[in-house]
Amino acid sequence: MASTIMETSESFSEFLEKEKGKDLLRFTTAGSVDDGKSTLIGRLLYDSRSVYDDQLESVTKASAGRNAGAIDFSLLTDGLRAEREQGITIDVAYRYFATPKRKFIIADTPGHEQYTRNMVTGASTAELAIVLVDARKGVLPQSRRHSYIAGLLGIERVVVAINKMDLVGYQQSVFDAIEKEFRTILARFPHVQPYFVPVSALEGDNIVARSTKMPWFTGPSLLEHLETVPVGLRVRDAAFRFPVQRVVRPTLDFRGYAGTIVAGRVRVGDAVTILPSGRETTIASIVTFDGNVKEAETGQAVTLTLAQEIDLSRGDLIAASDKLPLKSHGVKATLVWLNEKPADLGKRYRIKHASRLDWATLRQIDFRLNVNTLDQESVSTLEMNSIAQVNLETARILCFDRYTENRVTGSFILIDPATNATVAAGMITDAFETGILAPLAGISWHVIDGALVLTSEQGFSTKPGSTDEPLSMEDPEALEALRHMLRRLGVAPFGNAGESDFEI
Amino acid sequence: MREVVAECQRPVLLYSIGKDSSVLLRLAQKAFFPGPIPFPLLHIDTGYKFKEMIEFRDRYTSELGLNLIVHTNRAALNEGANPFNWGTQRCCGALKTTALLDGLRNGGFDAAIGGARRDEERSRAKERVFSFRDQRGQWDPRNQRPELWNIFNARIHPGESLRVFPLSNWTELDVWQYIHSENIPIVPLYFAKPRLMLERGDSLLPIEQPFVPRLPGEEPKLVMCRMRSLGCSPCTGAIRSDADTIPKIIEELVTMRRSERQNRVIDHDQDGSMEIKKQEGYF
Repeated sequence: MASTIMETSESFSEFLEKEKGKDLLRFTTAGSVDDGKSTLIGRLLYDSRSVYDDQLESVTKASAGRNAGAIDFSLLTDGLRAEREQGITIDVAYRYFATPKRKFIIADTPGHEQYTRNMVTGASTAELAIVLVDARKGVLPQSRRHSYIAGLLGIERVVVAINKMDLVGYQQSVFDAIEKEFRTILARFPHVQPYFVPVSALEGDNIVARSTKMPWFTGPSLLEHLETVPVGLRVRDAAFRFPVQRVVRPTLDFRGYAGTIVAGRVRVGDAVTILPSGRETTIASIVTFDGNVKEAETGQAVTLTLAQEIDLSRGDLIAASDKLPLKSHGVKATLVWLNEKPADLGKRYRIKHASRLDWATLRQIDFRLNVNTLDQESVSTLEMNSIAQVNLETARILCFDRYTENRVTGSFILIDPATNATVAAGMITDAFETGILAPLAGISWHVIDGALVLTSEQGFSTKPGSTDEPLSMEDPEALEALRHMLRRLGVAPFGNAGESDFEI
Repeated sequence: MREVVAECQRPVLLYSIGKDSSVLLRLAQKAFFPGPIPFPLLHIDTGYKFKEMIEFRDRYTSELGLNLIVHTNRAALNEGANPFNWGTQRCCGALKTTALLDGLRNGGFDAAIGGARRDEERSRAKERVFSFRDQRGQWDPRNQRPELWNIFNARIHPGESLRVFPLSNWTELDVWQYIHSENIPIVPLYFAKPRLMLERGDSLLPIEQPFVPRLPGEEPKLVMCRMRSLGCSPCTGAIRSDADTIPKIIEELVTMRRSERQNRVIDHDQDGSMEIKKQEGYF
């Protein structure tokens, strides 16, 4: 493998040093049947010399009798026997390759509508999506679907690879027309930054090297683009979030919280808030196997100790005090149904959100999205591969960010409690206050020292000693909701006040 | 690994002694520091592992103070199981797959953490990080749980189990670079030195087991070589190499044109052989 990952001019120690600093781009590929997606990936692997000779020999042998040239590159990626027999890709496959500039992980997903769930799966860990278009067929309904799913999963970089240019005489007019039409689709997703590139996966044009057959195209080849597109910047600058995986107590005098930083960075002494309890404290130390560190950032798995002893368990969230996540008993989310058994309205599912396992009831389906036309449809259930906007009520308080702000604290899966199957994937769009708590929407609340503190969206708070203008709540429905919530939480209202001090 | 320990009743780490297992152990030390590694190690010893592997296993696991469980399918060995008498498929089935399923059942383990990587073999490319096994320990590649983001579904019913692969997204090169930068101990068989081998065509066959048949006139020779991946000595070929340090191994790897498991006889005994073995419960 990878005989080209080392530049010929460099010494080996230079190579090792550079390897350490290399970043990683995870991308996904979406295309319809016969768009040549597997061929494109096979070509990327082959032309970047990421395929071993013995793998190539076995593929060359198997290519005899198939209609895809001397080497059928799709055979490199279709891993299961059923896939090779049927000539289709069934499941998400992960592929790995590297160049002197970067390491890559490809999530190769089948493009047919019935495999929407696989495309969603592949896109969930990707920072970039390649959407394939057959130059002969132009923009199809599935192009819209593929773009929508990439946008939905928060992918900001979309490469539209217009393939099979060899079959349209490498004409610029074909490319230009498709680009123009595709841009109107992508206009719907303002956060997506597209790159259009004309290729022939079969012939290798503009895949690794720039094509000599399309002098009218002056942009970088597909691989050059993949090697240079910026990645991983936003999440590092986001607010600190640390879902607690385990409480670590090896001895009586050590109590730490193990987890992975999913957004932002943390330093010793930083003010943090424990959620859902709302207790505030500071970071006392950041512990690792290689010694304590002063600072840690997104992606690092560390153990934190806190300045105060606080009751904290797996599933809790440690967050930057100056930018707290949302919290509520319900969420509005975009849900992708992944299971053959349709969704049951009113049914309780297990929800796994960050490190927390809880129960969630599917309360309402606002609409199902037609992924080809993007029309909103009214439905009473969700079949496999449906994408819908729903409202879920959780048994305990959920602390989260919107998916557009944080892909980890904004996402969840639903698990069927009877079969333990992963039945749905969700992306949180907002808080959803259910039933009697609805009048409190827009007001966040924390329990501090066993008492309830309310904070309005404007920052007005009932926290004792708060200098802000006090929060006012005169609506009788809101007051009733508040009483209900106090009973449910089993806590006293604000400060040490009794229930009679309800006028806020 | 933390997710496994938090959500499963009785996890175990499948320790195969190879480089990937060494990396897993280091990651486990890091994941649970300053606490100890909170699960035992299970080694499925076929009886045909290299002597140097067993020596390394016993020394290294006792140095780290780990609880090592060794399970062997004695009954099959007593019946004369070896790859030449039984053929590789039947031999692997008994000494590895059956032994693994029995070892997991005996220990009551509901989650087995292993060092398999998706880049090793094309059916492994489809494997989940948390991979579900039914009550018979079997894998159904067409009916896997979707795995999104880094949210792992570790829910199982009694009798069912999980295989968990923390190195899923590592490549062979990642593993070697990590061993280099972390200074992780590995079995000396990975380093080149002169070893007695049977030279047969392009292959170098180790002669640790007396039942490895010799062709007429074939004599063991001292060959400068090393192992690229480790398995049972009768089914694992060596490669000619001068790489006797980790940087040299990495240098060799980046110019290598043959895949990591090419020297593993059992991957090539039928089309899709790894997929079939995995469905039956093989690691």
